[in-house]
Amino acid sequence: MSSPTSTPVGSKRSRDDIPVTPSSDGLASPPSQRRRGQDSSNGDLPAMPTSPATDIASPAVHDTSLFSSPRRSVLPSEVDMSSPLMYGTPSSRLEGTPRSGVRGTPVRQRPDLGSARKAPQVDLHTDADGAVASEQAAGQKLVIWGTDVNVGTCKEKFQRFLQRFIDPTSNEDENAGLDLNEPLYMQKLEEISVIGDPVLNVNCSHVQSFDADLYRQLISYPQEVIPTFDMAVNELFFERFPDSILEHQIQVRPYNALKTRNMRSLNPEDIDQMITISGMVIRTSQLIPEMQEAFFQCQVCAFSTRVEVDRGRIAEPAVCRNCNTTHSLALIHNRSAFSDKQMIKVQESPDDMPAGQTPHTTIVYAHNDLVDKVQPGDRINITGELMRVHHCNLTLDGKQKMTVVITKLISTTGIYRAVPMRENPRQSTVKSVYKTHIDVIHFRKTDEKRLHGLDEDSDQKLFTEERVQTLKELAAKPDVYERLSSALAPSIYEQEDIKKGILLQLFGGTRKDFSQTGRGNFRAEVNILLCGDPGTSKSQLLQYVFNLVPRGQYTSGKGSSAVGLTAYVMKDPETKQLVLQTGALVLSDNGICCIDEFDKMSDSTRSVLHEVMEQQTISIAKAGIICQLNARTSVLAAANPVESQWNPKKTTIENIQLPHTLLSRFDLIFLMLDPQDEAYDRRLAHHLVALYYQSEEQIEEEFLDMAVLKDYIAYARTYINPRLNEEASQALIEAYVDMRKIGSGRGMVSAYPRQLESLIRLAEAHAKVRFSDKVETVDVEEAKRLHREALKQSATDPRTGFVDISILTTGMSATARKRKEEVAQALKKMIQSRGKTPAMKYQQLFDDLRGQSKAAITKDMFEEALRALADEDYLTVTGKTVRLL
Amino acid sequence: MRMWFVCRFCCPAAQSNSNPEWEAKVLEYFKGQLKEKESHSWVPSLNDVPLHYLKPNSLVKFRCLVQDMFDPEFYMGVYETVDPSTKANVLRCGKYKDVTECGVDLNSRNTVTAERQTFYCVPIPGESPWAKEISFLSAARVVPSTSYVPSRQKRSYEEDDDMDTQPQKQREPHTGGGTKWCHRQETEAPSSQTTAPSDCSSHLDLNFPLPGERGPACLVKVYEGLDSFKLNDTLEIYGILSVNPVLTVLGEEKDPSLLLLNPTESMETPEEQRAHDPPASLVPRLHMLYARPLQHNNPLLPSAPTEDQSAFVSSFLVEMASVRAELLAYLTHVLLGDGLAAEYLLLHLISNVYTRRDVLPLGKFTLNLSGCPLNSYTERLYQIVQQLVPCSYRLSMSLHTMNSMRLVPKKDYVANRLVSGALQLARNTSLFLDETQLEQGQLDSSGVRNITALGNLISWQKVDYDFSYHQMEFPCNINVLVTSEGRSLLPSDCQVPLQPQVTPPNMEEYLTTIHMAQFTSQINKFRVYLSLARTLDYSISDEVTKAVEDDFVDMRKDDPQSVTAEDLHRMLVVASITCSSNGWMRAKHIDMLRRSRTEQQKSLNGNEP
Repeated sequence: MSSPTSTPVGSKRSRDDIPVTPSSDGLASPPSQRRRGQDSSNGDLPAMPTSPATDIASPAVHDTSLFSSPRRSVLPSEVDMSSPLMYGTPSSRLEGTPRSGVRGTPVRQRPDLGSARKAPQVDLHTDADGAVASEQAAGQKLVIWGTDVNVGTCKEKFQRFLQRFIDPTSNEDENAGLDLNEPLYMQKLEEISVIGDPVLNVNCSHVQSFDADLYRQLISYPQEVIPTFDMAVNELFFERFPDSILEHQIQVRPYNALKTRNMRSLNPEDIDQMITISGMVIRTSQLIPEMQEAFFQCQVCAFSTRVEVDRGRIAEPAVCRNCNTTHSLALIHNRSAFSDKQMIKVQESPDDMPAGQTPHTTIVYAHNDLVDKVQPGDRINITGELMRVHHCNLTLDGKQKMTVVITKLISTTGIYRAVPMRENPRQSTVKSVYKTHIDVIHFRKTDEKRLHGLDEDSDQKLFTEERVQTLKELAAKPDVYERLSSALAPSIYEQEDIKKGILLQLFGGTRKDFSQTGRGNFRAEVNILLCGDPGTSKSQLLQYVFNLVPRGQYTSGKGSSAVGLTAYVMKDPETKQLVLQTGALVLSDNGICCIDEFDKMSDSTRSVLHEVMEQQTISIAKAGIICQLNARTSVLAAANPVESQWNPKKTTIENIQLPHTLLSRFDLIFLMLDPQDEAYDRRLAHHLVALYYQSEEQIEEEFLDMAVLKDYIAYARTYINPRLNEEASQALIEAYVDMRKIGSGRGMVSAYPRQLESLIRLAEAHAKVRFSDKVETVDVEEAKRLHREALKQSATDPRTGFVDISILTTGMSATARKRKEEVAQALKKMIQSRGKTPAMKYQQLFDDLRGQSKAAITKDMFEEALRALADEDYLTVTGKTVRLL
Repeated sequence: MRMWFVCRFCCPAAQSNSNPEWEAKVLEYFKGQLKEKESHSWVPSLNDVPLHYLKPNSLVKFRCLVQDMFDPEFYMGVYETVDPSTKANVLRCGKYKDVTECGVDLNSRNTVTAERQTFYCVPIPGESPWAKEISFLSAARVVPSTSYVPSRQKRSYEEDDDMDTQPQKQREPHTGGGTKWCHRQETEAPSSQTTAPSDCSSHLDLNFPLPGERGPACLVKVYEGLDSFKLNDTLEIYGILSVNPVLTVLGEEKDPSLLLLNPTESMETPEEQRAHDPPASLVPRLHMLYARPLQHNNPLLPSAPTEDQSAFVSSFLVEMASVRAELLAYLTHVLLGDGLAAEYLLLHLISNVYTRRDVLPLGKFTLNLSGCPLNSYTERLYQIVQQLVPCSYRLSMSLHTMNSMRLVPKKDYVANRLVSGALQLARNTSLFLDETQLEQGQLDSSGVRNITALGNLISWQKVDYDFSYHQMEFPCNINVLVTSEGRSLLPSDCQVPLQPQVTPPNMEEYLTTIHMAQFTSQINKFRVYLSLARTLDYSISDEVTKAVEDDFVDMRKDDPQSVTAEDLHRMLVVASITCSSNGWMRAKHIDMLRRSRTEQQKSLNGNEP
């Protein structure tokens, strides 16, 4: 019927045709009934009355006398078809045009777009007539007043976009399950027809790549263009799926306007534009009912009339059209139509703020079904229009004061608005400040995925072409690995391998998801433990890492509790509801959690780390809330030795007194020890002197900028997902077999599958450093080297000087275990040699054993031996006596 | 007289001229005028002159700290009014103004929307009384309004109380100087309301970082260079004062029935309105023309880096060494004859975070004076420090204060403002932590948070402001001095056990006598020295670098445990503060003395860690 190519004239004709269809539909659902019966938020559109076609189309309305065009009574001139206003308020045409295909699906009002522009229209009645004449002559050139948007062409373009747009490279999760080689949005329409949720989300970047001009129009004149899109999509939809029944007509919700803005960069030019900003919700108001249509009833003859709220103002009819009594109409609240509205305060997200300033906040209005979509604490992307609203007062009938709101649209994926402060009636001056807010068209939670765990970094940073180029150039350098590691915490001297380890941790391995095949997730994060003497700048390293990564958390083992690390349930002071507050580990999901003074942590706190460090989840069962949260965080921990000074005669476990179950979850354990060597001292002194006396410029020459490093890591984490190639896999297998071999020669286990996994992660991270999609042998070599280095430091048995992984995995070196057995055997032999003595004195036995043994035997060793024998059911120890069994 | 000209100049210009160039010209003119030497003397200061003596729409200055930054606002940069009688349309300028003229045509196409931002500024927290006094006295008598005659007002009871705690000598310039209503601003922080609670301020929290502060808070409207300002900057702002009563009336009457239809009404909570639109009579508005960042707030020193200053510096450098020696002697007396502690205290007072390498602040020098005598010695010590530095605050670390006081600023989302805390201080403020006040008991969770915040401040020179959903790190530059009985529970760069050489029977008398012995001119020299020495740069020659390396290697050769990298850090800081060619030798020497003293202390009472 209304072909997509129809000119304005054509569309006018199509409206003239409308009476036929709706009147036949009228039998099924009389418009009058719809009007009264349906939920008020469906409230009939502003638009409705302005189109003569619809007036004719709904004679039933007139018959029942329940409804009459308020505009006609109030501003009759506006009904004039030749008025440019028709084109100026496409929102008002929503209903009229696609009626034929739409088959009476009610239109839902879009308060997010606000009502039509006012000032220009009112001002320009006179010259508009002339304009119309010329416009009609020009035919196709007819545009919406104040814009260069031609409704017909715009609609046609958008329909073409919907029908043809294919995005084979799409990897958005919401497109999951769609055939990427078919037109994307047609599939979505099909989805709508099945599911019946009449909202079509349109990615603006798709529009841009398809038709840059259309995109420009959408950004600049969202208030006009979006309703046109609505029309287009509804025509198309009902043509395709004539039998589907929707709650209301489809609404187009554009998102991801490429002009994604930092809240700080919003400026007066953005008013009336469509923008997308990201931020964090800090406050939501209660639901505010906003009047859309006022219902007036005559006190004399009970004649009723409806008046649409026009830019916040209700024009009270002065005269009853039925009985001609003046000032007889009264507002009936219960029969007026309201829509939902919610005020939301959004604060700049801490990531994109300049240092030293406070975050900005913006007020955002959500309408209808977007109400209550977000909660305080959510990080969201908002698309909206920036609005500016002027307020002044108007006296209606001398008694009743009402407020006039003049709207001027600015724009976002929402709409940005500004309002001057309310004028005081007694004052002649106005505060010259506007209030601004954004009307939301689309919300997109950026941390939603954290709960579902589908995607990598959701808040992807956008990199400019040049930046990517610089990063790639850097990546191409052969010594990029060394460069980056030396750029890490330049103020900390040397410790090359530790820095390299932390660098690999920052990049992380490739995330692998085998949950579909039932094998679950594999940890991609690298965990590192630093232990060593106090004052070896461990804390400084942690602080540096914490400052470097966007989602870092810094806690100290001393002050944190288990709940502070995981999550706790508390009563929200405002809503009085129980809410889950997330702790450091959950907050650093996809980031790094730095835990200082790891050894000072209480056992209960440490126990939660077991789950986090391997399964990467946190299970909570508290106050009726049972859930599992993702905590895919890397842990960078620092621990001090128990004796305040590292004892080289003891093993790592003995030095830091941490359970081996926890230690084995660290991929790399480094010792930061004072090397005590003259050349080192000299270099260290030189480094520190330079640190204090070098000028800014000298420093910059030497080291990579922290910002570059940040970007480099962010880029690699987002875009590089290396996979093992054949050679590398072989190399890994060999490495693992070799590691096992070393031990088997001495009768001990020197490697566990966990070590193999660590190697894979490290190799992947190293490939990421090189911006390579393939893990190659070089990566495996470096992973091996680093892993060996770390082991050499932390898992060396101080008694034999061999690397013994069982120190970390079982908490005891193989030699120690062997010796334990020997002592037990010696004790057994001694007891046996004494013949039948059912009970012995503990102290005496100990003294005897000491006297007998060649090596020194401590009390601990003796007790261990007794325990071992007790386990064999050879004897029991009760108090100070030992009995044989 | 000049000021009158300025006032008249800025008002008509703003009204009639729609030429965009004029804005730049106005700014240029003002900057030119204000550069002149005596400029500071003919512009009245909000710090010194009570608000009701200042003429609205006149040029004033304000020495302040940026306490909070509000959201940017859009205003009518240019608007059109219609004269009701003549029907003539007139274009007007909305810049530097809070309210418009009557009869605004909101539909005019000539309206230009422009952007500005509001900063909430408070007087520099912890500014020492002497600094206020001198800056007030040095300003020439400006007569901002004919009805205003500068005259000495009667001191309030509270001020008397203040004064009594100060050593006698210092009072003389006060009493001799005459006027002293720099103390007497009509607005005051709630905690100091005990003496004079006024109706207006009783419900209005002016959000001063420190309890007991007074002075006007101000909403400063900033038009240019928004990015160049940072939170906690200390500025001297020149701007147009606006106290239009309209601003006050607006927030008041509120008809709940209007809320439904008027969306803007529901945007703001009453708390937010109170915080953002306080009555102009209490919190005046200042439209900024020009702001000068203050390197220091010592009124004895020229503040701007001009030739003027360099001349001053070079003239002072001559006597620098002698002043230093005198100051050292003075501090030795104050520290009961302990010369080493005095030297460290001196170094501490002139330390300054001069740069940061990644997360490491360089130049910080937190001193822990342990073994302080009890019985209000620390309090007296603080008073002496206060006499020397322009900004200071003593935090008595009693259990009650630590548990109840808010140290870290916190964002209040209901009122949409940053509620200040005691650690929101200007750069180079001396924070005096008195740990001798600590008694037995248990810290609650807020107490633990406060201690953590102090620890972070000392270790990293940063404060993590609490934004409820996240924390935000603000770097700072605060000199922290911890006095304690034993070793402090807080980290410190340097611990010096005090070894009193004299044990005066009456501590108060002793200290007062020492103080009395100094002439004001002498004290002033000390003040200049402390502020100036902090700003001096010091570079190191290659030979010294070599010497440092050699020394370090040597020291470690004997006993690697004795000197660690941390010790080297400390000695290098000391060397750079000592600021002379033999800095390194001196640093090494005093560090050795200090270490032997701590060792000694350790062996004396074995329970010291």
